[in-house]
Amino acid sequence: MRGLLILLLALFATPLAAQDSLPPAPYAYRQLDDPALEAKAQELMETIRCLKCQSQTIADSDAPMAGDMRSQIRMRIAAGEHPEVIRAWLVERYGDYVSYSPRITSLTWPLFALPLVLITLSLLLLRRRFRGKGDAS
Amino acid sequence: MTETPKTFRWALWLPLALFLGFIALAVSGLLWPADRNVASTMIGKPLPQFALPPAVPGGQGLSTADFSDGKPRLLNIFASWCIPCAIEAPQLTQMQAAGAEIHAIAIRDRTEDVSEFLARYGNPFARIGKDDVSAVQLGIGSSGVPETFVIDGKGIIRYQHIGDIRPEQVPMILEKLKEAQR
Repeated sequence: MRGLLILLLALFATPLAAQDSLPPAPYAYRQLDDPALEAKAQELMETIRCLKCQSQTIADSDAPMAGDMRSQIRMRIAAGEHPEVIRAWLVERYGDYVSYSPRITSLTWPLFALPLVLITLSLLLLRRRFRGKGDAS
Repeated sequence: MTETPKTFRWALWLPLALFLGFIALAVSGLLWPADRNVASTMIGKPLPQFALPPAVPGGQGLSTADFSDGKPRLLNIFASWCIPCAIEAPQLTQMQAAGAEIHAIAIRDRTEDVSEFLARYGNPFARIGKDDVSAVQLGIGSSGVPETFVIDGKGIIRYQHIGDIRPEQVPMILEKLKEAQR
């Protein structure tokens, strides 16, 4: 009975304040007035990883820090900065981890090479098999 | 009985071997989860240019120039709404008592909340800047609160500690601060 009561109470428990009470950064939830610039910013934000939630992009995340990142990205795009310059700026600070658009480096090249190798291998195997059949008939 | 050619054997066992390898990978991932902290890649690089207003009334703000007088310092990234920050407060006080100069940046915080936090947990900070849009935090590659950076006398970031400083980590951080003197 007591356990049930505790369980019931737990339903209504509110988590301790673990978030700030400041309003979001100016452009966290506000689009840029120029649709072309906003589209540029949106495209970049969809390929930048949220540092707090890690499996979301900052475009999808409601974490305050993601909001701050969106605001900064929108303001820098509005100031005329190129999206890839902003991406490079973030990668310089957080490593490749922060970007969802992987670069080809000495560490990541197998990711790009492996599919090509597998396709070539399967083509060779298939060719051998088909040729084998042709010989038999 | 027909004898299967020896060369076919390995191909027969290969799927099972791959499957077992996959299971081993999944189990190892569950038992020893990867480090989810996002480390700054700014170690060895200078602090970005910034000038933050004071986080408490009557206090001093924080700017890049405050790190370039030749003395190594700690830079603590905290917030009054962050519970681990309260937990590490005694360790910061202890390091200040041991001679470390600590500057701080309050992330997304209100002055009255910071004042209350300092009144409750003590104020080991020489200066506290107020960063309302995490701009400096992003600039130094910090991904959360609390974090503590060792900054050398030329304003170069030398070390990053992610998460709260536990009592047993105090000597290590002080050692890093001493190393930054060289």
